[in-house]
Amino acid sequence: MYEPSSAIKGKPAVFEAHPENPAVKALADLATDAKFDRDELTITVTRESIIAACEAVKQNGYNFLEDVTAVDWYPSEPRFQIVYHVLSFSRKERVRLVVRLDSDSASLDSITAVWPAANFYEREIFDLFGVHFGGHPNLRRIMMPEDWNGHPLRKDYPVEGYR
Amino acid sequence: MASTVEELTGTAAIDPGIEDVVANSALNRGNTPPSDQTMIINMGPQHPSTHGVLRLVIEVDGETIVGLAPDIGYLHTGIEKICEAKFYQQVVPLTDRIDYLCPMTNNLAYCLAVEKLLGLEIPERAQYLRVLFNELTRIQSHLVWLGTHAMDIGALTVFLYCFREREQLLRIFEAVSGQRMMTSYVRVGGLSLEPPRDLYATIRTFLKEFPAHIDEYEGLLQTNPIWMNRLKGVGYLSAEDAIALGVTGPPLRASGVDFDVRRDMPYSGYEKFQFNVPVSNVGDVWARYIVRMQEFRESIKICLQALDGLPEGSIVAHAPKIILPNREQMKTQMESLIHHFKIVTEGFGVPAGEVCSSVEAPHGMMNYYVVSDGTAKPYRVHMRNPGFATLQALETMCKGRLLADVVAVIGSIDIVLGEIDR
Repeated sequence: MYEPSSAIKGKPAVFEAHPENPAVKALADLATDAKFDRDELTITVTRESIIAACEAVKQNGYNFLEDVTAVDWYPSEPRFQIVYHVLSFSRKERVRLVVRLDSDSASLDSITAVWPAANFYEREIFDLFGVHFGGHPNLRRIMMPEDWNGHPLRKDYPVEGYR
Repeated sequence: MASTVEELTGTAAIDPGIEDVVANSALNRGNTPPSDQTMIINMGPQHPSTHGVLRLVIEVDGETIVGLAPDIGYLHTGIEKICEAKFYQQVVPLTDRIDYLCPMTNNLAYCLAVEKLLGLEIPERAQYLRVLFNELTRIQSHLVWLGTHAMDIGALTVFLYCFREREQLLRIFEAVSGQRMMTSYVRVGGLSLEPPRDLYATIRTFLKEFPAHIDEYEGLLQTNPIWMNRLKGVGYLSAEDAIALGVTGPPLRASGVDFDVRRDMPYSGYEKFQFNVPVSNVGDVWARYIVRMQEFRESIKICLQALDGLPEGSIVAHAPKIILPNREQMKTQMESLIHHFKIVTEGFGVPAGEVCSSVEAPHGMMNYYVVSDGTAKPYRVHMRNPGFATLQALETMCKGRLLADVVAVIGSIDIVLGEIDR
């Protein structure tokens, strides 16, 4: 069974435990927090540095963007957690980049210039969470109808919908 | 005329395919009117060769495609939202319905994620059976792909043959899980039931006869000049584009990128199996056809290894507070009755954290990202489905080709709209 004590939390601890990991090396300056839990590396970066962070890991062998998604931690702040899963085909491992956003400033830069694959994923987050991506080439709703009110995957949106 | 989508929405019914504004919006061209040289064609959502409810807005110059935009969401059911309102074990039947051609793979990807959150060790017998049924699911899904792909191109006979073999597989799934398609067979901690003893002989018979059927399909298609000409050189996708656009699975390997989750990031004991990963450098529709046809044969190899090496033992992990007891125990033992009651009424708590599990689904890499806040319901479940990303590459594959090639390309990327729209 899972032992919570096995998780390594905090930037200094993770960077000390995995100094050879290319993602750790690449993000030495940009990371604000880190976690190594259940064999998965999570690195938190700031909203301003997401493009720089993506380029840094891309140059260090993490060549494939798997997906971009979000978690809504309503009502706590920072409310939105944007999650990027980036995979390295050569190292056969992934790193999870995380950006945390407050509810009153739910916007960040689009990474479509780094990975065009982010296009649909960012549209999906825009549609279902209402997070805005600056510089996205075609930021429209993708799942819901264009005239839909609200963002269904937000936690304050009822599961049954509004009647 | 209204100039933006915002002005149009909410107004009286418009015909979106013909309406320039909506087409402009879908094709991402701002407010520039379409040129006199080109024409907008609306394909779908009700079109037999879009494999479900995919709508394509296509801009053609004569018969040459200059722009193409997929419009999805017609099958959006909000499964990710529903998952957040269910206990962990109640999510399994929902995962069947995401990609209805490979329910076992979806079940497995979800259960692997929850087991990783819990830190559960799965007995070897359950792992082998999971591999066995996942590979049978791959054969089943590829059969649907081959049949519909061939039918789109006009080779109708292959469709009937493919569905003849698929029927045998669905009967196997029914025998093992009680359901032909929505199996829910893989559960958190193991499997729902021990397969009937005589089923292994049925599977062996199928695996023995199936190679001859593959030869039969190839005989029908690879000697057919129409099939060859419609596929060869069509829908080219380079390795760089495939990686940049998030393409996975057979289309990625047909573009020359040698990556398969089963071999490179093994799960459920795949590291114990010997198999080849078919790769082609050609990158066209034909290469995707060849890669999948070879995957049929590799899947047979894996299935036979799973049957030969199937260990004895339990099909569920020993975790009475997480896994439902069997009926007899529940009716005869007080302890089991309490566990059963607790699991059904309260679910089981999962330690807080976030994990991502990946499996190689028939259509590509499938990830489940599950976030737990320590309660009995998942805080967030996100599925990374292969078709959603692969669809982004459709424009790259079709641009500059003829309109008729779109049908061949859609067939070759093997999309299922259930997994794309979720």
